[in-house]
Amino acid sequence: MLELRDITAGYEPRTPVVRGVSLTVAAGEAVGLLGPSGCGKSTLARVAALLHRPDGGTVTLDGETVTGWRHRAPRRQRTAYGVLFQQPRLSADPRLRLGELIAEPLRAGGRRAEIADRVGELAPVVGLTDELLRRRPHEVSDGQLQRACLARALVLRPRWLICDEMTAMLDASTTAALVAVVESYRRESGAGLLAVGHDRTLLARWCDRTVRWADLTGAPAARAEAPADR
Amino acid sequence: MNAPADTGSPAAAAPPSGSPAPVLSVRGLSVRFVMRGGRRIAAVSDAAFDLAPGECLALVGESGCGKSVLAAALLGLLPGNARTAGSARLNAAGGTAGPDAGDGGTIELLTASEQELARTVRGRRIGLVPQSPAAHLTPVRTVRAQLEETVRELTGVRRSGARADAERAADRAAFPLDHLDRYPHQLSGGLAQRAATALALVGDAPLLLADEPTTGLDRDLVERTVDELRRHTDDGRALLMITHDLAAAERIADRVAVMYAGRIVELADAPAFFGTPGPRHPYARGLLDALPERAFRPIPGMPPELGALPDGCAFAARCDRATAACEALPVPADGVACHHPVGAPPAAPGGPTPAEATEPTGAQRSEEDGRRARTA
Repeated sequence: MLELRDITAGYEPRTPVVRGVSLTVAAGEAVGLLGPSGCGKSTLARVAALLHRPDGGTVTLDGETVTGWRHRAPRRQRTAYGVLFQQPRLSADPRLRLGELIAEPLRAGGRRAEIADRVGELAPVVGLTDELLRRRPHEVSDGQLQRACLARALVLRPRWLICDEMTAMLDASTTAALVAVVESYRRESGAGLLAVGHDRTLLARWCDRTVRWADLTGAPAARAEAPADR
Repeated sequence: MNAPADTGSPAAAAPPSGSPAPVLSVRGLSVRFVMRGGRRIAAVSDAAFDLAPGECLALVGESGCGKSVLAAALLGLLPGNARTAGSARLNAAGGTAGPDAGDGGTIELLTASEQELARTVRGRRIGLVPQSPAAHLTPVRTVRAQLEETVRELTGVRRSGARADAERAADRAAFPLDHLDRYPHQLSGGLAQRAATALALVGDAPLLLADEPTTGLDRDLVERTVDELRRHTDDGRALLMITHDLAAAERIADRVAVMYAGRIVELADAPAFFGTPGPRHPYARGLLDALPERAFRPIPGMPPELGALPDGCAFAARCDRATAACEALPVPADGVACHHPVGAPPAAPGGPTPAEATEPTGAQRSEEDGRRARTA
């Protein structure tokens, strides 16, 4: 269970982007979070992925309250996540070949011995050939790079996937292909998913349930619940 | 203005009778990049289409299929290692008798000099709506300063005249006048898009070229942006919209050109393409079937490298209709370049594929949402 409770988060003091938002993703569940751009849904996704420390509220990961974010989170928590962002170019080190990019989480975790096997196993799943694995990001298309980023997100076999607008830059066929990869991984691993996006048709098709940002923040019911807990 | 799908063969250059003379006529346009070691990348091969005033042609296809290279070729913005062939003629605006003797005539974009392109084409006869408005605008100057500069540069109007013209241009693009003194970073994505559109409209160019105008925008903004582009098309401009967003293309396009591995494989009227009978090229059909509102089924495999295209049909390796005939390059006929187009004599296996998924309610609903989010 991934539980976000009464989260307030932002980038400047006193002007939070996210105010008192609660959201729960059950193990193995796929939840879509739908909202317009600039509403704060990406910030919430970053909090959920332990990439941004909230100013208030609690995150509970598999029954354990999270106390540290980013590098301060214990490795077993950090490695429980696979994260995908909208722009693969901004989330890929331009110096690494795609094969190295996919292997990076294993390398960083001191599990070099597993690299060859795991990369060899994942590349065909996401549709990358050996030839593509030897290229650097500037030599591949956005779609191919996002395929590598998806393989990187799956390389540690995460229990949770956070996909923040994973397909916004991609064409219809690549979108369908990457979503199919995520879903087949989830079927075999039982991982939970938080998919953030603005395409309601896509999220409705992809996820078990879709939550609208406005319902999380604006609806009186949601607001009334929070103070009652205090 | 929905001209019958052009055959794409260079011989069929004559515009369809009855419709206004095309603003842009592209025939046999090819672009090759010569790489180190003499390797050649076939970015665009043998593209052919016409674009009439008041018409919107959507050029769709996967990323990396050569769409943006085609746009760059039309504007003379290709890098130095590019080699072009074929022709892209920009004609004087329709019936209106040549405005200025200097730039009213037909110009061949592929062979025009840089000076000619800079002085008479860019901004004046072709307006570019860029992919990333935030990157297109100068970050250290206000929107007003940039608009006025463009007005001065394109029309020669100065001082208070430039100010008024700049405001008029902003107004035409629905850019709020009280935001004119803001810097690009102070604008939301939608407003930055409108600022960039305003710049593209200043020169009153008869042809607008929109290169992925909606990438990364959310659905409501996409709809507003393309609706605005459509409005400018309805004012009598021709619009070439390059996009991978099929929903955006469906919303505003009169005709659709599908590009695959550098070739236009299908050129069809938008209602027939998105509705019934649907696309006829198997790739185009696969692309539509990949949409989440349809089958949500990806096309198997990946597009070929533009540096190592097969001799025959580039889609054959991914195509379930491929046969030995596909080892030869299909010649475009009746708007589709395929040996086994869907709906052609060899009956489609399994009958017509679901093409009825285009319910109008979706469009209506999103239009409402677009209005609701007008203040974003």
